[in-house]
This record gives sequence, structure tokens and C-alpha cells, in this order.
Amino acid sequence: MTNSTVNEPTPLKQASKDRAQHASDAVKNGLKRRYAAEARFKAYGIGAIALALTVVGILFTTIISNGLPAFTETTLELEIELSEDVIDPSRTRDPGTLARANYRKVVFDALLTEFPDVKSRADKRKLRSMLSRGASFQVQKLVVDDPGLIGQRINFVVPVSSDFDLYEKGVINKDVANADRRVSDQQMVWHDTLKERGMITTSFNATFFTSADSREPELAGIWGAVSGSFFTMIVTLLLSFPIGVAAAVYLEEFAPKNRITQIIEVNINNLAAVPSIVYGLLGLAVFINFFGLPRSAPLVGGMVLALMTLPTIIIASRAALKAVPPSIREAALGLGASRMQVVSHHVLPLAMPGILTGTIIGMAQALGETAPLLMIGMVAFIVDIPGGITDPATVLPVQVYLWADSPERAFVARTSAAIMVLLAFLILMNALAVLLRKKFERRW
Amino acid sequence: MTEATTNSMTTVMPPAPDATTEPRRVKYSTKNVDVFYGAKQALFDVSLDIHEYEVTALIGPSGCGKSTYLRSLNRMNDTIDICRVTGSIELDGIDVYSDEIDVVHLRARVGMVFQKPNPFPKTIFENVAYGPRIHGIATSKSEIDAIVEDSLTKAGLWKEVKDRLDEAGTGLSGGQQQRLCIARAIAVQPEVILMDEPCSALDPIATARIEELIDELRNNFSIVIVTHSMQQAARVSQRTAFFHLGDLVEVGETGKIFTTPDDQKTQDYITGRFG
Amino acid sequence: MVTEHIVTKFDEDLNQLDNLIAEMGGHAEHQFADSIKGLIRRDTELAEKVILNDKRIDAIEVAVDQHTISMLALRQPMADDLRVVITALRIASIIERIGDYSKNISKRTVAITQSAPVGPARTISRMGDVVQGMINTVLDAYLQRNADLAEDVRQRDEEVDALHTSLFRELLTYMMEDPRSISACTHLLFVAKNIERIGDHATNIAENVYFLVHGKMPDETRPKDDQSSYTMIDDSDKNNN
Repeated sequence: MTNSTVNEPTPLKQASKDRAQHASDAVKNGLKRRYAAEARFKAYGIGAIALALTVVGILFTTIISNGLPAFTETTLELEIELSEDVIDPSRTRDPGTLARANYRKVVFDALLTEFPDVKSRADKRKLRSMLSRGASFQVQKLVVDDPGLIGQRINFVVPVSSDFDLYEKGVINKDVANADRRVSDQQMVWHDTLKERGMITTSFNATFFTSADSREPELAGIWGAVSGSFFTMIVTLLLSFPIGVAAAVYLEEFAPKNRITQIIEVNINNLAAVPSIVYGLLGLAVFINFFGLPRSAPLVGGMVLALMTLPTIIIASRAALKAVPPSIREAALGLGASRMQVVSHHVLPLAMPGILTGTIIGMAQALGETAPLLMIGMVAFIVDIPGGITDPATVLPVQVYLWADSPERAFVARTSAAIMVLLAFLILMNALAVLLRKKFERRW
Repeated sequence: MTEATTNSMTTVMPPAPDATTEPRRVKYSTKNVDVFYGAKQALFDVSLDIHEYEVTALIGPSGCGKSTYLRSLNRMNDTIDICRVTGSIELDGIDVYSDEIDVVHLRARVGMVFQKPNPFPKTIFENVAYGPRIHGIATSKSEIDAIVEDSLTKAGLWKEVKDRLDEAGTGLSGGQQQRLCIARAIAVQPEVILMDEPCSALDPIATARIEELIDELRNNFSIVIVTHSMQQAARVSQRTAFFHLGDLVEVGETGKIFTTPDDQKTQDYITGRFG
Repeated sequence: MVTEHIVTKFDEDLNQLDNLIAEMGGHAEHQFADSIKGLIRRDTELAEKVILNDKRIDAIEVAVDQHTISMLALRQPMADDLRVVITALRIASIIERIGDYSKNISKRTVAITQSAPVGPARTISRMGDVVQGMINTVLDAYLQRNADLAEDVRQRDEEVDALHTSLFRELLTYMMEDPRSISACTHLLFVAKNIERIGDHATNIAENVYFLVHGKMPDETRPKDDQSSYTMIDDSDKNNN
């Protein structure tokens, strides 16, 4: 085979050499400009991220510093004489009698023994205001559960009222005049005296995590709201996940590609952008007024939130289904699998990580929703912890809203603490989504 | 044969199947097939017979309709909404587009191997066992084990993977993956195997092994292979069909097509005078 | 082969093959013409030249060998391209043998000129013309890929065979009349055979050209009229003359 061995530059070759050189120079000159643009863009990005992180940092710091005090509570240990004369004079141990006994007196007497020189009615009232209203209920519960304690002297720990709790935590503003202050000088002296005697301690606020809402800040807890949220989320998940995934599978795999399915697709995308309060109105009109379902129940709340989350799940599921490469489908079809088998054996398992991620994100959104639930009445003041999905309940974000609205000073800390709990849940759920995605990420 | 000769060492071997001996039975008879993608026509009046127990190669430049034709044979074109097939495509005398044949059953009788190896993201064992399981060909564990071993052996892969059947199918090399896909197709015990450029993503050694495999498989299956490489068609097939712009230009015995083709277009294509 | 290959190098390689065959054929034709001329004119110088120049043909045959092997490996020619390469290989081999025969004629020329001139110069000259014409035509037929021209060459071999038969008789007669001419005539017998063989080779080339064009060998048997194998001359005939 003869090859051309021409090595001398012909005019044609020289021309193309010149062109190549020119192109190379042009590239070199433009490089500086291009790198500068890239550096500028990177700087903008870093600046934006720094700004965002700063703002988030400020936000978190504010919330945490506001909320930390709520995680501790001030308690008073009293030596209470469960005097039979006060509690059960008839000596019948009748439960009704025991329940109705004057436990306030029992508890206050214990406090009075500490300050025997408090005599006047005004002073007594001031002293009594140290105790939380819930103290007497706690003693009542103790006696009703175990009547054998009547007649004994027990050491019992009761919470102090919220003003004194705030005083203990140093929140009370001492510059305000004595008459206007929440805690007067005299009350401060009593408080400090008891503290010197070692009867006042600050401990972890378990009440916050175990009780339901209350008018009294020191007795208020988020457990009711957490239970309500839990039940609502269960209903939402059980409704939106199967329906959403099934809808996505149908639309993606089985539906014919015609006008109607296009309209449906557009509508679903738009529904994801509808303000959530509209869903609340819908729930109010249809579920509560038309179907007569109980107000304020997690069942209705869950149904409303399910409606709201469905578009998110459907869109995420469709994207996950679309991401399954057609080669897998073709392979399964070529083997003779029916459409249903292709979807259930191959496509769905491979799309599941994406679907789960979308679901978790949808759930996390639903967890933080307030407006639609307000519409269906979950804004009520609920003191009992809900036992099921038809019991009236409230949810965490609504609880935050209610406490934020309250005028009492002590609720400020608790609001922030509730926000922290809510944020913790949301971060957890999103972390779970990220973990799932990483774990199941596949390379085809 | 007399008594004396039966004592000798020679045994009478059946003549090796070869297209130059008597013509084999027609497995797929296709007549006047037109295929449309919406308004665009991809195949024009194609009439071609596929014979049993031999390899038929479909060659032609890109976009000439050979893959379209292949996919019509097992109705894979049904998955494309705008695709319309007319004409008669008969498998053993029954039109595959009629109601007499269920498409799922058809695809169990006519297997397919694709251009890019696409094993399921499951274990090697599961990949091969999937087909027999869904069709109910094998139900008990021992039956499935037997079919998996048999298919992998026929595909020339058993020795290499028998100790790692629960590893992911996607962890094999390209050539092994393609042999796995072939084993998967064989496991369903089809009658025909369609191959759409099965070696185009593989290196020459893997390609040679698959070609050898195809040569062994043709003893038990009818094979139709679409290929871009004329050399591969020449090596592997007994009959070759040349497609050009949707027309079937020429079909005949492979040796003849590549040495003395009848049509000038065929000659120009195989000698590289036009693409 | 109206259209060109997409890869132009392929066409260049095929052209190179044709060029080599043309060159080789041209040499062979010249060699043959010179060898006959040398014989007729009893020109030993010319004969020596022919003997020396034979290696040129051999060298080109080696080049053709290498070229065709390279083309087969690198181009994977199919159909008509494959036939071109294969026939080029065969034809080169045949032309090389033609060259060898011409060389042999010249060698015998050197021997013959040592004795007195004898014989059937006219017949030999005539035979040489026909065969030279055949070589010339068949090379054209090959380069033009013209099967009809090739067929024409096949037919002309009939005349060569007839001439050879008559030459055979003639030489036998000379040898019987004058025993002193036996050495020269024996050489001439071989020369005649060589020329006849060259004619056959030209016919072989013609058949290969047919194969190249049509894809199969011509199946009609060519007219073979060489009776020399069966020729016997009886002494008694002469005595009766």
C-alpha cells in the first residue's frame, strides 16, 4: 500500500496551519475573561450561601436561646401533711369525697408552715400565688390513687407558678416598680428563703413533654399536640401514599397519551401550587359540613392534608417512574411479562427510593401546615391527650400559633421550645429522606 | 449395514445442518409488511421468510428499517403508540397480530436480546429465573435451579458464575452481561431468538464468543440477527437480507450475497461504495 | 464498477494493483516479442538481454503478491472487489510464467544460433504474432474488464494450436530428412511448445477475466485443437514419396 509521503508544506497546509495558530491565540486571549467570569460567579454563590447561613444562624440562635429556658422547670419540695380531717372527715374513703376534698388547703398549709408569720389575707394570697394551680390536682391524684396515704406526711414535689419560674430563671425585670411587677419584693424574699432552705430546685422539664396544653404555662406541654400530629400524619400517610403512587403509576404506565391525560397532568401540577388554606376550606365544606365528620379530629385533618400532599407525591412518583430506564422495561416485556408485571416487578421497586423521598418530603411539609387545619377547627384549646383519630386534637404548628398568641410571658419560652421540637422533627424527616436516597441510589 | 461393519468404530453422523443442503421449514412467513411511524413509512412491502434452525442476518445502512422489522416480529412495536403495522406476519402459520395469539405468549415463544446489555438489577440467579417463574414453566425450587443451570450453560456462562449466583447481574463485564441476557432469553424456552445488534457494545473477544454461542444456539433455535457489521453477518448467518431505505432489496444465501449478489445496490453496499 | 468507494484509499489501492499488472504485462509482452525476434534474426545479444530482464517481471510479481495480501487483510474486499484481488494474484502468477517461457525461448535461441539456420521460421514467426496479439488483447481485456474481448482471445488459441501441430510435423520432417539438424530442431520443438504454452496461459488469463466480470468461470470448453500429442510420422510415408 503506497502512502503519500509529502512533508513539505503546501500552500494549503500553510493556510490551515495559520488558521490553527490564530484559533489557538484567540482561545488564549479569551481565557482570562472566561476565568474571571467564572470566579465572579463563584464569588456570588459563596456570598449568597454565607448570607443564608448567617441568617439561618441568627434564626436558630434566637429560637434556641428563647426556648432553652422552657426545658427546665422550677419545683418546690414540700412536706405535706395529708390530714384526714381535711381530706376525708367522714372517714368513708368514698372516691367521690376524696376527689372533691380541699387539696388546695392541704398544699397551702404545707407552705404556710414554712412562713408562720404570714398572717394577713393579702399576704396569704401573695404566698399562695407561688404555687401552681396544678399542685393541688397532683396531690388529689396522688390521694385518689392511693387512699392509704391519708394521714401521712409526705415529701411531695410540686411545680411553682410560672411567674416564680421566670423569677428563678432571671427573666423578671427588676427595674419596674414593685406594685406593677409580676413578682413583688416580698415574694422574692420568700422565694429566696425557700431556695436557701434547699426546697426549690430547677430540673429537667418532663412536664413539657408529657402533658397536654394548659392555661398555666408551667403545666403546659406539647404531648397533646405531638399525639395529634402523629395521628394526623398517620391518616395523611395512609391516604395519600397508596392513592398517590397508584395514580402516578396509572398516569405514567397505563394511561393513553391523549388530551384528557394531558389536562389531568396540568391540573395536578397546578394543584401543587394551590394555597393550603383552600384545602382547609374544602375540608370544612365537604368533610365537616356535608359528611358530618367530627370537627377538630385528626381524621379530618389527615384527610385535608392528604389532599394537599397528593400532588407532591404524584409528581415525585412520576419523576421517579420516568427515571427508570426504558431498557429495563423492554427487557421485561421482551421476556413476555405483562404490563402489570413489568410495573410491579421491575419499575416500582426501582422507582421506590424516589417515591419514598417524595413522600417523606410531602409528609414533612404536611407536618408543618397550619392554615388548613385552622379552618377545620384544630385551633381549639384541647386539654386532653387524644386517644384516636376521632378525638379532638391539635397539631404542633397550631400549638405554636396558640402559644405565640398568648399574652403570658412564660409562654414565650415554651413557644420557642415547641418550635425547636417541630424543627427537630422536620430535620429528622428530611435527613431520613436524604439517607434513603443515598442508600438506594443505583447505577444502572 | 451388515453385521461386520457395525463392529467397526465408525458411527454414522447426521449431516450437519447447512443452508446449502435441503431448505429448512419456514418458521416466520412475512408478506407485504408495511410499518408506519405516524405519517412516516418505515418499511415498504417487505416479504421475507425466516427459516427454522438457522441464522438469518438483516443488514443495511442506518435507518433502513431492519430494527423496525425485527421488532415487528415479536410485536415490541406495540409499545410505541404511533407505530402501525400492516401486512401478514405469520409464526408457524398463525398471524401474530391476530386475536389467536396472545402477545405475552408470543413473547415467551419469541425471545429478544437487545443492543445494550440490560440485565435486571437483581441477582444473576434471579435474572435467569424470572422468565420461567412468571410464565409458570418452572415452579418448584429444583425445577428453577435446573433451568437456571441449563440456560447459563447453554449461554456459555455457567462456569464463570456458578459460584456467585447471588451477586448482582449488573456487576458482570459487558460480554458476560450480554451472555446473561441471552441465558435469560433462553430460559423461557423460546422457539425463535431475535437479536438487535447484540455485539455492537462489546469488544472483539466478547463479540467472538457471542458469535460462537450463536452458532451453537442455532441447533435448537431459529435466530434472526440485525447487525451493522457485514463481516459479522458473513461469519454468523446462513441467510442474509439486505434492507435499504425501508425496502428489502435482496435476500439469499449468505455466501452468495457476499460474493456474487444479484442486485447492484447490494454489491455497492457490501463493497463500501455507499452507506 | 461505476461508483467509487467511500474510502478513496481503497480505490487508490485497486488502481495500484491494475498499474502493477499493466506494467508486468507490458514487460512480458515485450519480452516475448524480443525473444521471437531474437530467434528469427538469430540475434544472441537480444536473447541475452531477454534472459537478464526476466527478473524485472519476477520483482513485480513479488510486489503484486504483497499488495494483494495487504489488501485482503486490511480492506476485507467483498464481491467484485474480492474477485479483482484474487484474479490479480492469479494473473500475476500466469504472467510470470509467460516471462519464464520467453526467457527459455531466448536461452534456446543462444543454443540454436550455434548451428546452421534451419527451418520453419515463417511458421514460428506467424505463431509468435498470433500469441503476441493474444497477450496484448487479453491485457486490454483485463484492464477494461471486458469479458467479450477475453472470449475473443480464447477463440484465437485455436489457431495457435493448429500452428503448433503443423510446426510439430514440420520439425519432425526436417529431423528425418537431415539428422544434423536434430539438435536445432529439438530446441525448436521446445520453443514451439513454449509458444503454445504461452498461448494457453493467455487463454487462462482470459478465463480469469471472465470470472472477474461474471463471477464464475466460463463453462463452455474452449476449442482445443492441439493434435501434436497424437502426432506420429511414419517413415514409410517418406520412403514412398
